[in-house]
Amino acid sequence: MTDMVLLGDEAVALGAIHAGVSAAYAYPGTPSTEILEYLIQHRARKGKPYAAWCANEKTAYEEALGVSFAGRRALVSMKHVGLNVAADPFINSALVPINGGLVVAVADDPGMHSSQNEQDSRFYADFARVICLEPTDQQQAYEMTREAFDLSEGFEIPVMVRLVTRLAHSRTVVRPSEPREENPLDKAQNAANSWVLMPHIARERWHSLLLRQREIHAYSESSPYNKLILNEQSMDLGVITTGVARNYFEENLQDLACVPSHLHVGAYPIPAEKVRQLAARVERVLILEEGYPFLERSLRGIIPPSIRILGRESGDLPMDGELTPDLVRRALGLPRREILEIPGLTLAARPPQLCAGCPHCDTLNALNEALSTYQDPVVTSDIGCYTLGALPPYSAVESCVCMGASVGMAKGAAEAGLHPVVAVIGDSTFLHSGVTPLMDAVAANADMTLVIADNGTVAMTGTQPTILPQTQLQQVVLGTGVDPRHFQVLTAHRKNHEENTRVLKREIDYRGLSVIISRRECLEAVKLAKSEGGAE
Amino acid sequence: MKCDIVLAGVGGQGVLTLAAAIASGALEENLCVKQSEVHGMAQRGGAVMATLRLADRHIASDLIPLGTASIILSMEPMESLRYLPYLSKEGTLITSDSPVRNIPDYPDLKELLAKIRSLPSAVVVDAVKLARTAGSTRAANMVMVGAAMNLLPVKAETVERAVRVMFARKGDQVVDINLRALQAGCAAAAQS
Repeated sequence: MTDMVLLGDEAVALGAIHAGVSAAYAYPGTPSTEILEYLIQHRARKGKPYAAWCANEKTAYEEALGVSFAGRRALVSMKHVGLNVAADPFINSALVPINGGLVVAVADDPGMHSSQNEQDSRFYADFARVICLEPTDQQQAYEMTREAFDLSEGFEIPVMVRLVTRLAHSRTVVRPSEPREENPLDKAQNAANSWVLMPHIARERWHSLLLRQREIHAYSESSPYNKLILNEQSMDLGVITTGVARNYFEENLQDLACVPSHLHVGAYPIPAEKVRQLAARVERVLILEEGYPFLERSLRGIIPPSIRILGRESGDLPMDGELTPDLVRRALGLPRREILEIPGLTLAARPPQLCAGCPHCDTLNALNEALSTYQDPVVTSDIGCYTLGALPPYSAVESCVCMGASVGMAKGAAEAGLHPVVAVIGDSTFLHSGVTPLMDAVAANADMTLVIADNGTVAMTGTQPTILPQTQLQQVVLGTGVDPRHFQVLTAHRKNHEENTRVLKREIDYRGLSVIISRRECLEAVKLAKSEGGAE
Repeated sequence: MKCDIVLAGVGGQGVLTLAAAIASGALEENLCVKQSEVHGMAQRGGAVMATLRLADRHIASDLIPLGTASIILSMEPMESLRYLPYLSKEGTLITSDSPVRNIPDYPDLKELLAKIRSLPSAVVVDAVKLARTAGSTRAANMVMVGAAMNLLPVKAETVERAVRVMFARKGDQVVDINLRALQAGCAAAAQS
């Protein structure tokens, strides 16, 4: 096999392909998007494996679970907050006897480069009582994904591969190994007694999962990904690293007078025995881990209280944000490097913004004008490019919490007594998680206006296709029971500003549920389609 | 040998293509390469930073430690200064002089350029003008690759080859424009 230059995300995708994956599913989300993009491109060239975007992470997970049920290998990928959406099938699928290998690749975003929180997926793996593999570099992302399928079939559990932004979006050389064939179709045996999680079966399955924990722990203790290197000369400080934090530790090694004893953890559950072996030789343990203090919190139950634990909770590293070589340097007690400074230098902030000519600009301008006569209007919003409408010059929206929340929040705010209330959501976000709260709003005839900013694509993550074509969006909305007299489709364009403002104002004034689709193609998507068509 | 580069610019300026040109060249010369990218919300007209690490031995971290970068290579003058703390005291800041004024409070350009020139080692290139002369302002990123050429641990021919391969899909005319841009950047940096 020849070497390849791959992003961490792409290394996961190639690992899955070489592990004989039969199908892969995902919803786009930074920093995980490129996993499925690679698989989709691969499918376009080679015809397989099956790879497709889904309505949301929950549907993606369940489709992958169906593939596993059929005996074939499946990959489902998502960003960290996507796992919240897929948490129900994820946690429950740990109870069924996984048949074909099921691997869930989750990309966390510490530092929140493109996310609304920095939750740590390792807690989810622990919660579900399954194995989590955490690569340090792109080569490991490839190898661990391959191994994850074997582990999934061996222990009959879903296995998580946890990435972080820096690995997902960094590119380097990966050396692949010989590919493995796909599994043959082999439907789960005796499914009625093991895949039907009615209470009496669920209790048996849960007990079975708990019994397997001993073997799962034995795996993690013996895994070469959990590597302990003791230095008899250094009895004071021990270092435990996980994932990419090992790279930042190595970056500083040359400056340390004495190399500390070091345990690297790449496979979870936490290898408690190896942690104890390290702790027995040292007085202090520094924990370097990207994300939440997962290991740091668990350690107190593993090692004696006489040993000091240094990490995020102790204040030796910041409680939040991404790790850097420099933060690790400080935690190791090394002096700060000198930096260049220009006195009196002040730079202006440059936050991201909507592209010039973006259809969302026209939607937001019309909405702002339609609302200008009201004292205190409420505009909830959602996840997507249009979230940037919260910033000047628009300052048009007031919330962005999670996929689909704009719709439910608008209903709640209206029912609490506020008026007028408008929800602004993108077409893909609406199909992901906005349809169900719209049904609530229809049932209650909530006094709110839902504006679906329809640019026909998932723009923020790189213009992936929306799950349903634009022509079907109208049917979906009306299918929930929205009153056709209060349903309008507008073309978001400057030249329609007055007409669109008038329609928006009329529907906002209406004391009941209105839905407005404000539609125009995303410029980026148009540009991309043109360049892929060879026009340049 | 190691050469750590901080790449800067504004979303849409072609910073990733710039990084890819150098990285492909380095890989062809069998150097170890780690190239970080920015995706998602950060790309939308906002400040963009990427890193490129080249070495003749294993590279541990994807991130560059503060005060150690050999080069800051920027498509935009104000953005070049945003990452100054990464530059080593022996390092060089290389930037285009053309501002992207998509914000209301852009600082005074003359002062900005004066501050850049006050650094121990700085190269300021009129990348947009040179790219226009080469055939397209969109090739400004290749002008900047050229401007860094003399400091890169990669031969100019190798980078040229990489650029040819990168743009081959878009036809000979686009390849030629980018190669001219590369050479113009190289010549401009040598004069500065």
